[in-house]
Amino acid sequence: MQAPVHHITGLTSIVRERLLPISGKVLVRLNQKVSPNDVIAEANLAREHVLLDVARILGVTSNMADRLIKCKVDDRLAASAVIAVGKGLFPRSVAAPREGRVVVVGGGQVLMEVGETKTELRAGIAGTVAEIIPNRGAMIQTAGALVQGVWGNGRIDSGLLVNLAEKPEGVLTAGRLDVSMRGFVIIAGMVKDADALKAAADLPVRGLILSGLYPSLIPMAREMRYPIIVTDGFGPLQMNSAAYKLLSTSVKLEATVNAEAYDRYSGARPEVIIPRPISAPPATPHEVETFAPGLQVRMRRPPALGMIGTIVAVKPGLTTLLSGLRAPAAEVKLENGETVVAPLVNLEVVG
Amino acid sequence: MASSLVDGNSILAVDVGAANTRAVIFDVVEGEYRFVASGTAPSTAEAPFKDVSEGVRNAIASLQAVLGKTLLDGSRNLITPTQPNGSGVDALVVTISAGPTIRAVLVGLLKDVSLESGRRLVESTYARIVETIGLNDHRKPDQQIDAILRAKPDLIVIAGGTDGGASRSIKKLLEPIGLASFIMPEEKVPAVLFAGNEKIVEDIKALVGSLAPALHVSPNVRPSLETEDLEPAQRELARMVVNIRKRQVKGVELLDLWSGGHILPTAYATGRMVRFLAKVYSADKGILNVDLGASAAVISAGFKSKFTLNVYPQFGLGENLAGLLNYTTLEDILRWSPLDISEGVLRDYLYQKSLYPSTIAATKEDLVMAQSVSRQALYLAMQSARRDFPRDAINIKPTLTPLFDPILAGGGALSDASRPGHSLLLLLDSLQPVGVTTVILDQNNLLPLLGAAAAQNNLLPVQVIESGAFLSVGTVVVPVVSANYGTPILRATLTYENGTEARVDLKYGSLELLPLSSGETGKLTIQCLRGADVGFGPGRGGVITVTGGALGVVFDGRGRPLNLPVDAVRRRELIKKWSWTLGGE
Repeated sequence: MQAPVHHITGLTSIVRERLLPISGKVLVRLNQKVSPNDVIAEANLAREHVLLDVARILGVTSNMADRLIKCKVDDRLAASAVIAVGKGLFPRSVAAPREGRVVVVGGGQVLMEVGETKTELRAGIAGTVAEIIPNRGAMIQTAGALVQGVWGNGRIDSGLLVNLAEKPEGVLTAGRLDVSMRGFVIIAGMVKDADALKAAADLPVRGLILSGLYPSLIPMAREMRYPIIVTDGFGPLQMNSAAYKLLSTSVKLEATVNAEAYDRYSGARPEVIIPRPISAPPATPHEVETFAPGLQVRMRRPPALGMIGTIVAVKPGLTTLLSGLRAPAAEVKLENGETVVAPLVNLEVVG
Repeated sequence: MASSLVDGNSILAVDVGAANTRAVIFDVVEGEYRFVASGTAPSTAEAPFKDVSEGVRNAIASLQAVLGKTLLDGSRNLITPTQPNGSGVDALVVTISAGPTIRAVLVGLLKDVSLESGRRLVESTYARIVETIGLNDHRKPDQQIDAILRAKPDLIVIAGGTDGGASRSIKKLLEPIGLASFIMPEEKVPAVLFAGNEKIVEDIKALVGSLAPALHVSPNVRPSLETEDLEPAQRELARMVVNIRKRQVKGVELLDLWSGGHILPTAYATGRMVRFLAKVYSADKGILNVDLGASAAVISAGFKSKFTLNVYPQFGLGENLAGLLNYTTLEDILRWSPLDISEGVLRDYLYQKSLYPSTIAATKEDLVMAQSVSRQALYLAMQSARRDFPRDAINIKPTLTPLFDPILAGGGALSDASRPGHSLLLLLDSLQPVGVTTVILDQNNLLPLLGAAAAQNNLLPVQVIESGAFLSVGTVVVPVVSANYGTPILRATLTYENGTEARVDLKYGSLELLPLSSGETGKLTIQCLRGADVGFGPGRGGVITVTGGALGVVFDGRGRPLNLPVDAVRRRELIKKWSWTLGGE
């Protein structure tokens, strides 16, 4: 049976697509080196529209209004710019209520985009532009350590790593955060209360890497302006040993926390990237493996939720689980020496 | 153009679910169609696979291993038709429920008329209404345009105006739809279904069609104020949903090609079978089918006067699971638990499970939480679906579930045939049926596949159903009565075919069981006490023929509606006792 791979790896090639939400202008060129904060593309995003019913305002038919309308699609109009003037001794006129761009003209109406704001897309990671995606963004390539998570609050930032979780089951409290951590990305263990998230915002930090987050804190975590990534799940979960070991041995290194929301269909995942100097590009990690003895796996459901282990044997046929359900399963030797039987669908390969 | 399967012998039917993909083969055995075997594999709509055809190939490969017959060639493509060496199949039909919940904008005139019919239409597929625009919407057209753009719809359903009725108002409502569709990037333009006033179809095509190329038209869902006719629009919507899936999910296009266009949304295919069964088998009572899976909870019911199909992605057990708390409380879920589980643990479970929808319960505590959640999700789905049941549906009390016979159940949460008692108790708790009904488990989830095959070969579903491919759990007798706990409410004598008898004295608050094997029938003499009603009238008894099943005849004396004890310790003890009675642990 095929297995999804959860990437926790010390050195790998990483290629990431960075795209504007709408069409815009790409500002980088192929093979250009970029830093995480470099703006690689920008677009003007209009959040509102104004529909002007010229025919009704001027009291004429739609066809007549179309003949009186002076603007055309894509025209940029200043506020109060005249759009149409009626006929007669004292003709009425229609003016643009706000500055904007004309998007539709017809049927005696004009639709304008207004309230335009500039959206900037940053590189997010340090690397090289491997491909330009016209009008949308670029593919950026780098090499380094990669730790994927299961939840992110949608923000992205970079900074030096500092470790406040002395052990994988560490808990971050507000009292542990002080001004010396301003601008750092913090390896923080689990968070149980809102004060810790607020204290991190007050500094502010450049990112929080959590093992577990209490579900009641999700709405607040989404509001935070700094990136928050959860490596293992919801509730009082300790950090899996592979992620903890990799992160805790990377302190004082520059890390990008891309807390992109997990999208199960596109495959976008929140992740921490720690670029490393290389002489030759390392291999790209596999996205899929086949369950087999010797593979390192992570438990996605109880028993031993979040623990890392090694497959000892893939059992033939169906196995009756402790729950009474029957499913294809494997014998997994956990890091603590215990051996458990787990259904294959509850496992993901770590690598 | 779809080809006919009438001349085909072996039919491969594949259901692509959110969590699992099943491949099932129907073939002619001794002159009649039979369900032969099935194979299952995890679905692959999601990353890293991002191609549903991979999971389909894996499920077919699993089926091959069971059958000992080759169905895929060296390149893992399906072999059709059956080859002289016996490999391959004659035809393929596909049902699909995998894919993200479809975001729908509903447009109509009056809240209680066209918008209500439109709501029922949208709820017949895997969609969620994210924006509604009606006659009483006081927003300006440009605000409506912005609302549509923010909603990022995959689908816009327009229902409004009786045939020959209002036309100006509906045309006015369509302006923002056309303009919003026009300014969207081409790849994001939603599919548009017009199911309103048929007399203005040409005007609509001129108004919206030029701006929104994805315009589809179906007969009016509300041809007059008094009449609702959803079926033609549901059929059109089913086609549109498959097209939306083709756009969203890689591999659906290939399945469409392999199957010659015989691909349907799972819920629609299930509904088609329920409609058929209601016509063929139903007497006065309705027929009920429930399907609880990762993508949605689906309730379809066939009555003499009406058919209803309700799809609730919000009550599915997959990626939307954490959102269940928008509709219920942790306390209400935990009332079904036989173990003392804290609200915090359950909340963590819901969020963790929504991260990994395809995972299964490996421990007893996990299973208890999974089943408690399933009960509450199905309970909520049933409560919602009841709003659309016809007023003339036969019932014992209008506030209770109408009389159904049979009740069919399938889907990942219900089809575990190793513990039919678990599944039955889950159904009794969540659906709360009344009177006398047979309960049938679709443990291989055949019903939608039969529905997909039915349009091509109408003999196949009938013969497969008659062949005993479904697991009969037995007959359930549920009296409606008000009494104190422990009070006798019903006496029954079951006379077996060999003349022997078994008796039961049912007390309020208890479950009882009389064995009656599958395939056997018996005469059940019922005597109702204290005004209990099993459908013959208050206090009236009767003699009925009952059929056996995995559990036999089950008497549920726990009262309707089912009120669980407030005291948690006592409640958990009772739940354990009920589970024991039905063969659970």
